[in-house]
Amino acid sequence: MAESILIDVRNMQKTYKLGDMEVHALRDVSLTINKGEFVAIMGPSGSGKSTFMNIIGCLDYHPANGEYFLDGENVFKMNKDQLAELRNRKIGFIFQSFNILARTSAIENVELPMLYNSGVTAKERKERALAALKSVGLADRADHMPNQLSGGQQQRVAIARSLVNNPLVIMADEPTGNLDTRSSYEIMEIFQELNDKGITIVMVTHETDIAQFAKTNILFRDGMIVTNVPVAVRKFAKEEIPKLPVLDKNDILT
Amino acid sequence: MRILNLLKIAYRSLSKNKLRVLLTMLGIIIGVASVIAMLAIGQGSKQNIQTSMASLGINSVMIFPGSVNSGGVRGGAGTYSTLTQKDADAIAAKCEYVTDVTPVVSKSSQVIAGNQNWHTNVAGGLNQYFTIRNLTVAVGNTFSTTDEHTAAKVCVIGQTVSTNLFGAETNPVGKFIRINSIPFKVIGLLAVKGQNSFGQDQDDIIVAPFSTVMKRMLSTMYLNAILASATSEKDIQKAEAQISSIMRIQHKLTPADQDDFTVRSQADIANTFESISNVMTILLACIAGISLMVGGIGIMNIMLVSVTERTREIGIRMAVGAKSIDILFQFITESIFISVLGGLIGILLGIFIALLVGRFGGWPVVITPTSIILSFAFSSAVGIFFGWYPARKAANLNPIDALRYE
Repeated sequence: MAESILIDVRNMQKTYKLGDMEVHALRDVSLTINKGEFVAIMGPSGSGKSTFMNIIGCLDYHPANGEYFLDGENVFKMNKDQLAELRNRKIGFIFQSFNILARTSAIENVELPMLYNSGVTAKERKERALAALKSVGLADRADHMPNQLSGGQQQRVAIARSLVNNPLVIMADEPTGNLDTRSSYEIMEIFQELNDKGITIVMVTHETDIAQFAKTNILFRDGMIVTNVPVAVRKFAKEEIPKLPVLDKNDILT
Repeated sequence: MRILNLLKIAYRSLSKNKLRVLLTMLGIIIGVASVIAMLAIGQGSKQNIQTSMASLGINSVMIFPGSVNSGGVRGGAGTYSTLTQKDADAIAAKCEYVTDVTPVVSKSSQVIAGNQNWHTNVAGGLNQYFTIRNLTVAVGNTFSTTDEHTAAKVCVIGQTVSTNLFGAETNPVGKFIRINSIPFKVIGLLAVKGQNSFGQDQDDIIVAPFSTVMKRMLSTMYLNAILASATSEKDIQKAEAQISSIMRIQHKLTPADQDDFTVRSQADIANTFESISNVMTILLACIAGISLMVGGIGIMNIMLVSVTERTREIGIRMAVGAKSIDILFQFITESIFISVLGGLIGILLGIFIALLVGRFGGWPVVITPTSIILSFAFSSAVGIFFGWYPARKAANLNPIDALRYE
């Protein structure tokens, strides 16, 4: 059982200082997430869910209290360079605002993580980037610039980028926050496919219908975990998408 | 592999801002180009002076008659006839720092050959005159000791005189010319020397034996000058000092008396010119250095703007696994790329400007490899120096703060 634990957070506390005021973003959070999980973290704004995501994603260099093991590695004992390598090898990120490089073609965006992985040759880089784009259905858009892509397509480029180094876990911070329903469901379809292949997914969202695509829902409030329950009636994107009303012709094509 | 990736990253981000990169580069281009061009012009004028000085005979020391001081009214240098043949003999005998000595007399005269005539300076000196003045004969010979003893009516003429009297293609040796109605046989034609650094034509000259000019043309006791050549360039000052003291004894001057002669050397003049051109070179280099500096500040400014503008990009790169050092190198590489490429373009532009100036300005230009290496090294250093701070600023960002930056 112990080998299957991917994320192990113990007594995590995080305090910000805003002037003289101390803001307790996280008050004693403990959580384990197993490999192969699909977790949706929910909660109102200010509940600490984003702070939590940034810490478990190793994106915040400011120290937090407690202990955190990712795939057995003691994250809080690592220096910046080790954290960067950890992000590069084991974590894929998806953001609400896509965060793909402007004026940079889709394929170059997808190649980006491999540029910081010295073990990958130029040829392999190109092949893997194309394969990743193909897996999100964008093989024919490889040379398109972000401004030539729709929001849903940009987010799929971001997913391809997060996949390209074969991560253990994908951390998605409001991945559907800027997307319409159909695009959102399409993203969820990709997530569910990836999850079926064994990739762990941790997703922050405040949309309850999106959270229902996950296996487990965790609710944050005031810096603490309030509930951590399996989803009772799980939605499957493959079934949901055909039910959506067709709003314009392009919907059928994508 | 890693370096290659860094170069690729830097190239990709620079190629997205071509105009900005070009404008930033312009500062470095102008800086380097001006360093190259200005040093080339400065070096060229320096070398020009050196060669023309050498053609005058760099080791030569000249003794001129002093100024008249009668009743408090002073004339200029050379207004007083004080130099005699005995002075020249005394210097030759006693001064240990000179090799050759010749008395010099000169007279500007009308010269006639056939139906042509020309006005020029006729100098009378011993055979050593040629050695001291660094004159060589292209055709024919210089005069012999016998010519000197017999006051032979022979002369050696310069190219300008020859051209004006006989035409450019004719060999004047063996022909006769009349100087002040006295017929002289031309026994030699001097090799072409061109203009000296004052713009005087050094080929517009006739040289005849000292005794001939002295006795047949001037009938005077006094000399226009004494020319001597020092044993070496280093000994010029010692030679000058010794000549002065010999001359003071010769002229029986008391310590209270002023010199009634002037001792000058080419080295003095050469030194003056060299120090002037050195000052010029330093001045030009300073101006060029300042423009490089300004170019560097331009790079820093753009890099700082670029770091701020691309904070989100830095965040994204860090999120996908870029280490601090990767970000540092990316921005340093970008600024080095700008300065090195700017430096290369600047070198080409500088060489082009220097050649242009050389061609149309009539200036000699010397492009030294040193100036190219120097300015290239300096511009690269500018890139590293001014790129460091912005790059560090970028590398020290916290990924999540950079990602959230609006």
